[in-house]
Amino acid sequence: MSVASYAYQIQPHKVRQEFFRLFPISLFVVAFGAAFGLAATQQGLLPLEAMLMSTTVFAGASQFAATDMWGTEVSVLPLIAVVFAINSRHLLMGASLYPMLKDVAPLKRYGLLLLLTDANWAVSAQEYQNGRRNLEVILGGGLVLWLAWLVGTWLGVYFGGLLQDPKSLGLDMVLGCFLLAMALGGKKSPRVLVAWGVAALASLAAWKWLPPHTHVVAGALAGGLIGYFWLDQPQAAAQEGEQA
Amino acid sequence: MTIETTTAGVLALIAIMALVTLVTRFGGVFAMSFVRISPRIESFINTMASSVLIAIVVPMAFSGDAGAVAALSVTAVTMLALRKPLPAIGAGIAAAGLVRYLF
Repeated sequence: MSVASYAYQIQPHKVRQEFFRLFPISLFVVAFGAAFGLAATQQGLLPLEAMLMSTTVFAGASQFAATDMWGTEVSVLPLIAVVFAINSRHLLMGASLYPMLKDVAPLKRYGLLLLLTDANWAVSAQEYQNGRRNLEVILGGGLVLWLAWLVGTWLGVYFGGLLQDPKSLGLDMVLGCFLLAMALGGKKSPRVLVAWGVAALASLAAWKWLPPHTHVVAGALAGGLIGYFWLDQPQAAAQEGEQA
Repeated sequence: MTIETTTAGVLALIAIMALVTLVTRFGGVFAMSFVRISPRIESFINTMASSVLIAIVVPMAFSGDAGAVAALSVTAVTMLALRKPLPAIGAGIAAAGLVRYLF
């Protein structure tokens, strides 16, 4: 296949721009990384092991959960189950970028996905809802978040927690507030609001009754079903045209 | 099946975690490459995308303390009023800190 058949070209200057755009939030990621580094060494991981984990896994919540399971030996299947369950949201996040990613050459496409994480995905998904195609933030934003996660882990394993009590400053809520702001900055049609209501109820139900760490996927799929059965008007018209 | 946390064991465990996480990063996009994107599928993934955020945040509010609830509600109100993320996030974090300081 020729290069020309992939319409999306990554713009280097935009990658740099997105790197600096996510720099402020990545400062908070340093704080989380330090918390992880401290927790990992307290669970008996060596500094280099903790840093290798942050470098290659780059998924904070699952790393915290994994180190909770650490001991003189670790059960493999429960570890796989927990890491997969917590990170399964990536499956949906990646899928949601597919309309853009299909226009990127496969090697670059999967290269970008190495850096896929909540914050850079949230920016890209929100811009896509508002009609802009931005994969540069996955690369540039992902790089700064990844570096911040490494620097944070490094500080944590060698110097302990940076702050005595990051929770008292509200720092544990940075990512939650960021993701919420991204959601509310997107398009809000009645259809989207109904989907959000369904997603909220489904995620709460899953959080209460389903196995741990399944609530994000359950809520997101439930919300997605609303979109599947309830199309926006122009899309509904296109669908009928296609069937005719 | 268990792996001992010797040096080689830890490396194996980290490799397993990295591989599982990589599967989640690649899997959704790989699966989508077999799906024909109809308007209905497009509508599904667009609605799903913003629902991911809601499904992360809402249980966070319900399982969190008063500070967490304050952070998320202040972020929501500020974001809807000003439509600018940075002030909204800043106000939310300040609210969490304040509520935890006071109570």
